[in-house]
Amino acid sequence: MPMTVTDTDTDTDTAGTAEATGAPQEREHAARARIGAALRGTARRPWLLLAALYLGLVLAWTVAPGVFAHQDPLLTDASRGLRPPGAEHWFGTDNLGRDLYSRVVHGTRTSLVAGLLAVALALVVGSVLGALAGYLGGWIDQVLMRVVEVLIIIPGLLLSLAVVSILGFGTTNVAIAVGIAGIPGFARVVRAEVLRIKGSAYVQAAVTSGRRTPAILLRHIVPNASPPVLVLAALDIGGAVLSIAALSFLGYGAAPPAPELGAMVSQGRDYMSTAWWLTTFPGLTIALVVLSTSRIARALERSGVSS
Amino acid sequence: MSETPPLLTVRDLRVSYRTRRSTVDAVRGASLTVPAGETVALVGESGSGKSTVGLAVLGLLPEGAEPVTGSIALGGRELVGLPDRELRGVRGREIGFVPQDPKASLNPVQRVGAQVAEGLRIHRLVDSRAEAARRAEELLADAGLPEPARVAQRFPHELSGGMCQRVLIAIALAGQPRLLVADEPTSALDVTVQRRILDHLAEVTRDAGTGLLLITHDLAVAAERAERIAVMSAGRVVEEGPSARVIGAPAHAYTRELVAAAPSMAAPAAPAAAVRAEGPETLLAVEDLRKVFQVRLPNGGRERVAAVDGVSFTLERGGSLGIVGESGSGKSTTAQLLLRLDRPDSGRVVLDGVDLATVRPARLRRLRRDIQPVFQDAYGSLDPTFTVEEAIAEPLAAFGVGGRAERVAELLDLVRLPSTTRGRRPTELSGGQRQRVCIARALALTPRLLVLDEPVSALDVSVQAGILALLARLREELGLSYVFISHDLAVVRQVCDRVVVMRRGKVVESGPVAEVFAEPRHPYTRELLAAIPGGLRAPAPAVTAGTANAAIPQEKRLT
Repeated sequence: MPMTVTDTDTDTDTAGTAEATGAPQEREHAARARIGAALRGTARRPWLLLAALYLGLVLAWTVAPGVFAHQDPLLTDASRGLRPPGAEHWFGTDNLGRDLYSRVVHGTRTSLVAGLLAVALALVVGSVLGALAGYLGGWIDQVLMRVVEVLIIIPGLLLSLAVVSILGFGTTNVAIAVGIAGIPGFARVVRAEVLRIKGSAYVQAAVTSGRRTPAILLRHIVPNASPPVLVLAALDIGGAVLSIAALSFLGYGAAPPAPELGAMVSQGRDYMSTAWWLTTFPGLTIALVVLSTSRIARALERSGVSS
Repeated sequence: MSETPPLLTVRDLRVSYRTRRSTVDAVRGASLTVPAGETVALVGESGSGKSTVGLAVLGLLPEGAEPVTGSIALGGRELVGLPDRELRGVRGREIGFVPQDPKASLNPVQRVGAQVAEGLRIHRLVDSRAEAARRAEELLADAGLPEPARVAQRFPHELSGGMCQRVLIAIALAGQPRLLVADEPTSALDVTVQRRILDHLAEVTRDAGTGLLLITHDLAVAAERAERIAVMSAGRVVEEGPSARVIGAPAHAYTRELVAAAPSMAAPAAPAAAVRAEGPETLLAVEDLRKVFQVRLPNGGRERVAAVDGVSFTLERGGSLGIVGESGSGKSTTAQLLLRLDRPDSGRVVLDGVDLATVRPARLRRLRRDIQPVFQDAYGSLDPTFTVEEAIAEPLAAFGVGGRAERVAELLDLVRLPSTTRGRRPTELSGGQRQRVCIARALALTPRLLVLDEPVSALDVSVQAGILALLARLREELGLSYVFISHDLAVVRQVCDRVVVMRRGKVVESGPVAEVFAEPRHPYTRELLAAIPGGLRAPAPAVTAGTANAAIPQEKRLT
């Protein structure tokens, strides 16, 4: 009769199985249905779609600026100075007669690459510090977290200013400075995730399985901690681009005549009353990048990008 | 009794939930009646739709539920289709609700007195704030809370789970409802607290003539507390009738299955450890184990609490030792110490002559092969990013054992899982299957000792019975030893040959299961045994034939 009991359970379990997965074709079908639903869902959220399209365009500018802007962003022609936007120069020209559209395209590239570099730096360094603090605990945790707290108290832009004045001017240095200001945020999020996962039963099971610490970090903690961290990274890209533009605006970034969005806004300031387009187009480009990345990051956050 | 119309009549109730992809029929034709002054238990496993019935009666179905069809009549008044404005007048005033999770069901930032008074004020049962406060204290006193005036000033986190549940009962009874719906009111509570709460509910309903719809997964609770039982399975009420008949002579196959699966104190006990020719040999000796935690007090101070305080026991090779106790007794901390997931402050854990408490880390890692865990939360103990195969192979990979694919196939076979589950992830498995995967992983390195921390408490009874049968078979086939931690004495009796009773970090009693359960010496053990629903205290000859209590042993003897 104990056999009967076992059978009962197996039955119940298999019933659950059939329900849970089913045949592979069905699964594939379900996957396709899910993709279809996702597309329909996007169509129902036009702002998300616009944000994605805009970011796609900006990424294309970054990868191949020459395809989108045929004119040389550095070519000056004094006879064509301060032309308003028109068919020949979509965004108009600046005081030296350079085509503003192609300067915006190339400038976006500079800003976006610097922004990605900054976020990558913050992500990598912040994750390593957060993971160490969270997993090892003890005095390492105490020391690292106190340092992070001090960094968090200092306003990000001020911190970046301080760092860039030590490192010297230039786009890369600005990116590093912005990245350093982003480290505390990542360190804290990663530490919190690691603490959560460290307490989970599957990590305990891995410890009793005889797994060594590096293997546990690599196989259990990193994959499970990554979704919220990646959402934070996506959110941070917009902010990083903005910070880099701000620092360039202040003159710490790319040296003229290289195009950079923040620097372009700064230069256009002198002609604000006569040539509105000089500040408007680079400024609008920055604003839209920030808005689009945050819109997409929020969508990722809400969908829970679970593994 | 049969002349008077029943208080609550549910007829052919149907509820469906809309999900993103499809519509799920949660309740497909449920009918039951609750007469005034009687207790009706609605019994079923998780997903059977029993909670949905309770919510439908209250008109509190969550968003995404399709409009209800069928009929719910309270004292002749139809509730289905009633506008929400009128239902608000019914809820609290005519139907009270006692929810499942006492801690989560109270507002954490409001004093409990104010939460009891809220219902009174909403239904305009009191004229002034002062009267509401006074009446709230009376209700708290009626709910069996000592010093109601002081309790009313407390916040929920300052009260224990049992006290919170009493507050919820006070809230439910504030409007003097005719019907009380209690959804698993004691499932989150310890067995001794459960008994007091259920006693109190029975008293209140008897005195006031209130009908009680008791939704529970626990057949023993239903048998003990309810006049009538309705059994739900897959959205349908498959059987309804007087408790004694439903338990004693179940008509429906599903009810028979449930009755058979329920662990009972009258079921045959676990076989004793296989005695070897050379006599019993000690595998694990725990000596004077101690673990102290620093607890931060609400007033900012710190207190040292000994979670495990001088625990000693031994386990012989092939033996099975149960550790029982209520929450906070230190049994799970003991498990953590045995597995060396935590370091004891003092004492020894001697496995095969080696003290795990002081051994060097590298040696400890090698010794982990011999002692493996199975945790309560099977879902939480599987990494969501791992497939079943990866999870089971993990210990093998950690020790660089070759031939993993074959070993995984062997282990799946051992725990009776189909080989098709290999590539699945934990979310694609049922609760019972997940626990089987965890057991397979624990067995991968052919350990000598399994530490099982409440391995079946999160499972439905029929699945639970399957896992317990599996554990019994594995112990016999592989010569394993178990340390089996549980709050459920009936389960321990079924699996273990020796038992240790823990309370507040100390061992209050230990010995062979049969002896301890038949003649408990410590008052706490007696209290624990007495609190088991169904009152199935050991092989009691005094049980009258024909009652619900006697029915379970009869059914169980077949197994």
